[in-house]
Amino acid sequence: MIAVVDYGMGNLYSVSKALERLEAPYIITEESHTLASADGLILPGVGSFKDAMAILREKNLDATLKQLVEGGKPLLGICLGMQLLFSESEENGVTQGLQLLPGKVRHFPGKTRAGIQYKVPHMGWNYLQYRQPTHVIVEGTDEGHAYFVHSYVVHADTAEVVVATADYDGDVPAVVGRNHIFGTQFHPEKSSTLGMQMLSNYVTYVKERQVQTSDSL
Amino acid sequence: MLTKRLVPCLDVKEGRVVKGVQFVELKDAGDPVELADYYDREGADELVFLDISASHEGRKTMVDVVREVAGKLAIPFTVGGGINSVDDMRQILRAGADKVSLNTAAVKNSGLIAEGADFFGSQCIVVAIDAKWDDQLQSWRVYTHGGRNETDLEVTDWAKEVVRKGAGEILLTSMDQDGAKTGYDLALTRAVNEAVTVPVIASGGAGSLQDFSDVFLEAGADATLAASVFHYKETAVSEVKDELRKQGVNVR
Repeated sequence: MIAVVDYGMGNLYSVSKALERLEAPYIITEESHTLASADGLILPGVGSFKDAMAILREKNLDATLKQLVEGGKPLLGICLGMQLLFSESEENGVTQGLQLLPGKVRHFPGKTRAGIQYKVPHMGWNYLQYRQPTHVIVEGTDEGHAYFVHSYVVHADTAEVVVATADYDGDVPAVVGRNHIFGTQFHPEKSSTLGMQMLSNYVTYVKERQVQTSDSL
Repeated sequence: MLTKRLVPCLDVKEGRVVKGVQFVELKDAGDPVELADYYDREGADELVFLDISASHEGRKTMVDVVREVAGKLAIPFTVGGGINSVDDMRQILRAGADKVSLNTAAVKNSGLIAEGADFFGSQCIVVAIDAKWDDQLQSWRVYTHGGRNETDLEVTDWAKEVVRKGAGEILLTSMDQDGAKTGYDLALTRAVNEAVTVPVIASGGAGSLQDFSDVFLEAGADATLAASVFHYKETAVSEVKDELRKQGVNVR
């Protein structure tokens, strides 16, 4: 069972419908005991980093998520949900994130180094280049296009957590991951076949991990 | 680099797609879900559903349509037509749409754009502008109520204003070109594209394959909207994309 974290900041409907299409059992919840009993978590997110962290803190979900994930529970953050995994963001003033992955979230400059203006948000379909083609989330898929909508971009402290990038006046981390912690900056549930394959990879990973864990008990 | 987007538009009335859609592959050419699925498979990058229901019941049905489409479709979609309040936006977005498009309501009360952007984020708020050239004034004017009422708003000024208020995208329809099938309005698209920093979707006038590459390459549009050329199967989305690729336009 996958738990989709409900904290009022995500398009839960599209993520849950995508899970239904994959025939993956899921539950939408904000209850810590339900999150704790799930085999894997999905943290969606649309909106501002600051608001999202404030709600997570208010519901004590920041501590719950950190504790569960540090205890080994897989987590996939989507869009803002991915940004929340990092140390901090400068969106509406510096706000601390969940600090599960090393890096900071900054606004797109909106101008190239040569001073040419480009459009922000980064909105639309962009091509993914795999930096780690055998990583669990992209495994078995071919590089292709994914659907992005965001104005802030992750600057990872280490290339080790960057699985795939898209080019938007520089490398935009598009898939990130370390151990059992994953994130996609784009919306896999809106990225046609490729996005659905990646979501399916996560679902499979959670399932297999669950089998391994129960075997070792 | 972002790809240029092709966006088929479906007119929905009382829960059914209208405008004489002619697809042999479909069991029911009026079913929004079946059509959405068809366009997804064809390679459409996004869809727009325009609710043209006249009745209150028709509007309520639209929310069910959105819910059903969201359950099947793995590409983004926008819903426009008759959205007058934050509550209307919430209903549509909660049902699974990615964006809402405001037109007449935004002209009547531009504060609605800001309210929507505050609640749901700019990326959810599309402002649709219906534009028509005025020979006397030598500029484009904004029209409302489906093109029936002229306003005293100049199009590029209005475009800048809606972006200031928080619009994340502009859906720009040329009333002069709409339905003429002689190409998009390049001058209009270029003027608006240069005036704003958000993506511009050009609409109205698509007839030939060349029309699509012209508006991308010559007018800098980020996306194109088309209805009849796709519905009547005069052109398939995949065919347009093949041609665009040949001409060096970056598409998915």
